[in-house]
Amino acid sequence: MRSQALRGQYALVGMAESAVGVVPDKSPRELCVEVTLNAVKDAGLTLADCDGLITCNAFAEPILYHAEAVAEYLGWQPRHCVTVNTGGGTTFMAINMAVAAIAAGMADTIVVAMADSLRSYMTRDQAMVVQSSSGHPHYEQPFGPTVPAYYALIARAHMDRFGTTEAQFAEAAVSCRAWAHQHPKAQKRELITVDNVLQSRPIADPLKVLDCSLVSDGGAAVVITRRERAREGPHQPIYVLGYGEGHAYEHISQAKDLTTSAAVLAGDAAYAAAGVTPDQIDLMQLYDCFTPALLIQLEDLGFCPKGEGGDFLASGVTRPGGSKPLNTHGGMLSHCHPGNPGAMFGLTEAMLQMRGAAQERQLANIQTALCHAQGGIMSSHATLILGVEATL
Amino acid sequence: MSRPTPNPTPTEQPFYDACQRGELLLQHCNDCQHVLFYPRTHCDACQSDSLSWLPASGEGVIATYTVVRRGVSADFPAPYIIALIDLAEGPRMMSQIIDTEPEALSSGLSVTVDFESWSDSITLPVFRLVLGQIP
Repeated sequence: MRSQALRGQYALVGMAESAVGVVPDKSPRELCVEVTLNAVKDAGLTLADCDGLITCNAFAEPILYHAEAVAEYLGWQPRHCVTVNTGGGTTFMAINMAVAAIAAGMADTIVVAMADSLRSYMTRDQAMVVQSSSGHPHYEQPFGPTVPAYYALIARAHMDRFGTTEAQFAEAAVSCRAWAHQHPKAQKRELITVDNVLQSRPIADPLKVLDCSLVSDGGAAVVITRRERAREGPHQPIYVLGYGEGHAYEHISQAKDLTTSAAVLAGDAAYAAAGVTPDQIDLMQLYDCFTPALLIQLEDLGFCPKGEGGDFLASGVTRPGGSKPLNTHGGMLSHCHPGNPGAMFGLTEAMLQMRGAAQERQLANIQTALCHAQGGIMSSHATLILGVEATL
Repeated sequence: MSRPTPNPTPTEQPFYDACQRGELLLQHCNDCQHVLFYPRTHCDACQSDSLSWLPASGEGVIATYTVVRRGVSADFPAPYIIALIDLAEGPRMMSQIIDTEPEALSSGLSVTVDFESWSDSITLPVFRLVLGQIP
């Protein structure tokens, strides 16, 4: 979206989340089927009312034609059916592809569904190896990098350049946990302190285990359609105001800049398309695979000046009761991180907050939300800005 | 699980052949003089396919580093040090820093290349701290 032509023309009308955390009773495919049906039901529709399906493959149960397999399982023949894989950024790239497909007349009402089971359908070692295989097979993997190690390289660079401290990274984990404490379905709910994070098990210096997101099972789905049709549903539509992408590299050793990411490009494009500025965003739902990633996104998406992400987090504004609520479900650090579907829960949480249906953690008057996700090692970025009817 | 071992393409083979001899080679673009890493068929600055292999100094500085405390698999006993090295000729490369205590490390320190045998046919470039520096 380079202009505001699509602003408010398409809306999210249905959503569903599976149980998250340790969910051994269903395979990734079965979770994907479950959330697809529940999201359609939540939209007040039946599968016969929907004509598009976009999914993401699962690490724990790879399927060559994933979206087709999910549709077949349901006995459904959608007009548009495609599997997307841009790693962690898949969620919002899939939403944008759904918007584009509807705008192009390829479908009218599309389900975007993702699920994976890194916890129950893989061993921890398998999950570690499959994720670290994103490294270059000839010029990175032989040196033994883990995914936390890739992000540790970025964290160290940010500390060297801006004086950011390990305690400031820890603030991101503390903030997310404080929100998860209010979420009955979150995988980790007990409150933690900065000291708890600093004293947790070292993984890849300067990152400790509490700087790292969870390993989880879970899935979520949303339904997206045209504005006119969205207004016929049982819930208030959540409109797509703007979207943007940024792609810098694939492998971290090829990054031209370790401390500023292509989130700048994604955010700038999304803000321009939505016609809003960072100070007009009521709710931030960012990609917290590791605490430094969250800190750098706050800077790159314009919520604080470059280099001041540590101070911003330490000020407490992102925690419950603060003026800049961030990852109100607890994020991937505390709610759940089933792999590529991780950011789906940032999206469904934004919908719940904007509907006024977030129960214990409901915030007053959330009219706009910015959702961001990234794939690779801060490589490819996708930003989605949402708004309620009053923002159109 | 076996440890990841490069299976070089014909384009990459000169780099690995040189490593076997204890020599670090880098590609230079004959059209724009850009120095490349990793090895490619085309220059990543101007897309020219006119590239030459030239010896590198083996000198560089640590751009950033991490001490891995939990190894990726049993083939990588922790702790070990992974770094991004800015080579004197320009390109950045990932490698390990060997024979160094973690406490001696900081970004900006000078390093020099060494080579470690990885399999019968593959030798990899690794780096050591240049002695006598104050971290």
